Order: sequence, then structure tokens, then C-alpha cells
Amino acid sequence: MANPRPRVGLFVTCLADMFRPEVAFASVKLLELAGFEVEVPKRQTCCGQPAFNSGDRKDSADIARQTIEAFDGFEYVVGPSGSCIGMLHHYPELFVESDPWHQRALDLKARAFEITSFLALHLDMDKLSSSFTGKVTYHDSCSGLRELGVKKQPRELLSKLPGVQISEMEEAETCCGFGGTFCVKYPEISNRMVGNKSENIRATGADTLLGGDLGCLLNMVGKLKREGIEVKARHVVEVLADMLDSPAIGEAEQGV
Amino acid sequence: MEIRSQEFKKSAHIALHDAKLQRALGNLKAGFPGKRAAAVARLPEFDALRDQARDLKNHIIEHLDLYLEEFEKNVIAQGGTVHWCRTAEDARKTILEICRAQDAKTVTKGKSMVTEEIALNEYLEANGVTPVETDLGEYILQLRNDHPSHIVAPAIHLTLDDVAEAFHEHHKRPKSDDPAVLMQEAREMLRKQFVSADVGITGANFLIAETGSTIICTNEGNGDLTQTLPKTHIVVSSIEKVVPTLEDMTLFLRLLARSATGQEFTVYNTLSTGPRRQADRDGPENFHVVLVDNGRSDMVGTEFQEMLRCIRCSACMNHCPVYGAVGGQTYGWVYPGPMGSVLTPQMIGIENAGLLPNASTFCGKCEEVCPVRIPLPKLMRHWRDKEWEKHLTPAAARSGIGIWAFFAKRPALYRMLSWSSNLFLRLVGGKRGRIRKLPLAGGWTDFRDMPAPSGKTFMQQWQERKS
Repeated sequence: MANPRPRVGLFVTCLADMFRPEVAFASVKLLELAGFEVEVPKRQTCCGQPAFNSGDRKDSADIARQTIEAFDGFEYVVGPSGSCIGMLHHYPELFVESDPWHQRALDLKARAFEITSFLALHLDMDKLSSSFTGKVTYHDSCSGLRELGVKKQPRELLSKLPGVQISEMEEAETCCGFGGTFCVKYPEISNRMVGNKSENIRATGADTLLGGDLGCLLNMVGKLKREGIEVKARHVVEVLADMLDSPAIGEAEQGV
Repeated sequence: MEIRSQEFKKSAHIALHDAKLQRALGNLKAGFPGKRAAAVARLPEFDALRDQARDLKNHIIEHLDLYLEEFEKNVIAQGGTVHWCRTAEDARKTILEICRAQDAKTVTKGKSMVTEEIALNEYLEANGVTPVETDLGEYILQLRNDHPSHIVAPAIHLTLDDVAEAFHEHHKRPKSDDPAVLMQEAREMLRKQFVSADVGITGANFLIAETGSTIICTNEGNGDLTQTLPKTHIVVSSIEKVVPTLEDMTLFLRLLARSATGQEFTVYNTLSTGPRRQADRDGPENFHVVLVDNGRSDMVGTEFQEMLRCIRCSACMNHCPVYGAVGGQTYGWVYPGPMGSVLTPQMIGIENAGLLPNASTFCGKCEEVCPVRIPLPKLMRHWRDKEWEKHLTPAAARSGIGIWAFFAKRPALYRMLSWSSNLFLRLVGGKRGRIRKLPLAGGWTDFRDMPAPSGKTFMQQWQERKS
């Protein structure tokens, strides 16, 4: 067999699985465009972040071991979320150095990438094409930005699409207030934060909000809708993969 | 100071609906972060200095005993006295004894968060010694019987009108809302106090081991009058402020002002080295340093050790979106914002402060701006670990995580949970694509719609395509 294509294990993420399957399909399409063979390991569930950030180290470690095993043997592990992949990068903290799982966690960390940073490294960007046209604004999700250094990559990829015009918002790097369980533990503070965010989004005059994390996107879309602000939202991979047939996040089906 | 950290949510609710406070917080947000960014941009080696500062602080904490003893030796050599205080109470008593030995009636005070931490003012007053705050912000707060909401700009939660009102009431002069007039008023009132005080108490930004000096960094010059005019100067400082040499101190000074206010340098950087010598034209006759531990040495060797690097610049709170929404008093004790959410549980117990390390989205902005690179989100997470270990996590959250984790550890069951939740939300959402109200999800739907799933789960669809 000549030059088998390198294998990528797709880390689907709970929110893409449950709320926005298009994001996972778009990820598969883009990874294949970049020349990878994509598989979806069945033993994956959640990255474990809800337990980790609640102080439940035992369940976090159990879930980490399960994820490490699920992605054994893949050259890369790629997911459409800075937050979930950031969690995979936390796995070594869950095991003492003398524990063999510590080394396995380090090994997974070295192979695990957020999708836009992975594509920026491995995709010939000239291959990108999308029918999308419009003025977009991009929210930098905190975990991707600060834990994984995702900032330029999605913008570089978008710059290859002639139909995309980027209008940066004020405080693009300020948290939207989602924060996993934070948004339900401290709903009023979260509401203030997402209210600031929706105002900054509105002020750009963009027709579409893009981002790389569904948690933040669901939060911001929910607020934009509640406030009656006419901005649509998609995960950035939907635009990059030209998968635009579904209504934008939280939008009604056509004709309703 | 009364501990109200476990009222965080109630206080946050009030703060979010306090229009005046929100205006004041808007000023903070518009001020400090932009100034810091500009100052950092003018210093290309800023990040390299942060690395140096982090490493040096780590070295100091590893050898804290050594440097503190060297500091003590040199304070004594300069004619001063060092008092070691394990607890807040030890520190309060020690300070009162020094005041009593001088038969002190009034003491002037420079700005010091450690004296807030040990609740010094209340204690002195109860024992017949009148403390007078001389930092303008602290002075305003004292008139209002209020407490700092910020470690560098203590009265940041107040508006000009609040100040005008307090001055009018206490100074018995016509009310003015002209800042220059108010400043002049404060100056006149404080000038008398500077001259008549028996003792001056200041904090310290750093303690310099090689010379036995202490330094305060202020923008008003009040600290200088506080420490040079009275007969006795007491420096109250926590133990982690020690640095080996003057040269080392300058590294931190370069980081401190830029991180705090965006200044290149604080306006007054005043070193105190022992009492007045014969040839000196002014200065105190007695020089005391009160070293406060209050739980800090317990942090050495634990997962919270890195917190001892903190130089109290306030950058973390200036940039924190949660602090920016609710202000410092919502945190319910002395130290607000991310640094407070790590330090407060250490000092008053996690059982009295558990809501603080949870009041973070872990956005990481605090760590991004910290001049000594303290991993504040990680340390806040460690407090959540402690809560979990001690069964302090609220029961609903604990059982919720437990049930969820049961599924998350069983991939086939997890599929079914995702499948059924997905179906349920699609049914509720109908063709509208979103949900306006969902039972048991009020935390979300009270304020925002919930986007409904756009189709069957990815895993279902993926299987269908493969088969």
C-alpha cells in the first residue's frame, strides 16, 4: 500500500454531537480536504471538563483514561472546540508523574489539536472555497485563545474566502460569560457578560457571528435572539467547509 | 471586617442593579486596562521581566526564612525593631502595644491592605487610639464608614457625588462637586492630622533584605508625611513581600506600576531604613516592622504556593469580567477579584468563601496580565477540588456531576443520553429552531433563548451513513 493517508481521530465534542452535527461533518470534510483519513472512535464521550472544573478529580481522571484509550493509535486527535481540546491538554495534571497514565496523557496532548489551528498547519489553504458571502465578526473563545493560542488561524483561513469580509468587534477577546456551569451557577453575572458581548457584536454591523466553540456560540446566539438582534451565527468550520444548507444556529427552518 | 463572602450571589444581584456602581465600574474598565496595554507596548522586554520576576519570586519563597532573617538582622543593625506575628490577632496586639508605649492618641495611616486584613482600625478605635486614613481614597471610605472595593483604587466604587456628599457632611462646608476644591479640603483636613499624630502606620510594597529597608509606592505623597512626621513609624507588612536586594526591588517596581495603573513608575517610591540618625533632618525616632504571617507560611509547599508571588498590582481585577460586572465589595471580604478568590479561602476558610473561586468562567484573562504569572484559574480550581474533597460543593451540583459522570464513563449509555436529550430538545424547539422557556433550565432561559438541535445527533447520522 503506497503512502496511506495519516489517520485523524475526530473528537466530536458533546455540543456538536447533540446541538450542531453540521460542525462535526464540516470538520470531517475539512480534514479530508487536508489529506487525512478521518475516523470517529466510538468510545469517546465528553472530555470531562464539567467534572474537572467542579473539583471532581476522580471522575475527571476516569474520563481522561477513557478518552486516552479511545484515541490510542491515531496520529492526530482533532476537535472543533478550543475548550474541549484545551481540556485534553489538561489531562497530564490529573496524574502524578510516576503514574504511567501521566506519560500517556502527555502523548495525547502532543497529538491533540483544535481544528482551525490544525488546518492552519496542514491544509493547503488555496484549496478552500465557500459560497458564503457576508460581513462577519469573530469571537475569540477564551480556552482556545489563552490555552492553545488560537487567534490568527481562523482569520487566516477565512481570509482565503473572497466572500467573507471581517469586521472585528470591540473586546473580541473578552469572555462571553458562558464558562460551562458558570452560566447556570451565576446566571445574572453571565447575563451581564453576554449582554456586553451582544452589544459589541451588534455594533460591528456584521450579519454573521463566527466562532470556534459551540458553548460560547449557543450562549451568544441565545442572547442575540432574546434581544431581537438580527445577527446569524455559525461555527467557523461551517463557513470554511461550505456547509451552509442548514439554517444558522438557533434559526427557524426555511419558510417557518 | 464582617465576612460576607457567602452572600456573593445576593450581593452580585444588588450590584448589577446599582446604576451608580455600574457607572463607576464603567470608568474602571475604560481606564486601567487601556493604560496598562499602552505601557506594556512601550516596554518590549516586559514579558521577559515577567519571567524574571516569576523566577525570582519562586526563589525567594523557597528561601523565605533565610531572607526574612537577613531582613530582620539589617533592620536591627539600622536601629529598628522587627515583630513576628503569626496571626492577625498577634499583629493587632503588637501594634496596639507600640502605640500605648508612645501614649498615642491618634495614628495616621498610609494605604495598607494588610491592615485591612487584620482589621486594625476597628481594633485601635475600640482601644482608645484613633486611626486616620491619609490616602485620599481610604480617607473618603473612613468618613463613609465604608471598606475598599479595590486593592489599589480603594474608592473606585464611588462617584464624585458620593465624595462631595461625604465631605459636606463631615467637613461642615458648602457642598462642592469640583474635584480641585474637594482635594484642597482633604489636604487641609489631613495636614493637621499629619502634624499632630503620635504614630504613623504604613504598609510596604517590598522589604529589602540586604539593607533592612521597606518601600512604599504611592501617587499622593501621603505615605511620606505619615512616616516622617510622627515620632514613631510602624511598617505593617506580610512576610512574602521580602526581596533580596535593592536591584531586585527595581525589577518589581518596573512591573508594578505598569501592571497597576499603566504608569511607567509610581509617583512616590519612598524607602525607609531605620529611625532618624543624628545627621538626618527629619524622620521618626522609633522604627518598627510588624511582619504578618496570617496563614501565608501554611501555603508554602502546597498547591497554593504560587499565590505568594502576588505583588498586589490589581491587574487581575482590573481585567476580570466578573469583577467588572459586580465590583469588589460583592466579594465580601478584604481582597476582591481573582487574587482575592484564591487568597480569601486561605485566610477565612473555604467553608466561608466557596462561592469566590467558583465565580469565574476560567477565561484566563487574569493569568494573561499577571506580572508574576500566577496561574490564577488553576489555583481557583484547586479550591474547587478542596470543596469537593470536603463535601462542601452544593448537593445539587455534586449529584448532578455524579449522575452525568456515570453516563460519561459508559459510552453506550452516553449515546442514549445524548440521543434522548437531542430528541427532547428538538421536540420542544419545534420548527422555531430555539426554545424560550425550559423547565429546570431557568438559569439559561430566564435571560436567553436556547438554540434547539439542528438535527439528529452526529453519532446517529454518522452511523447511518456508515451502514
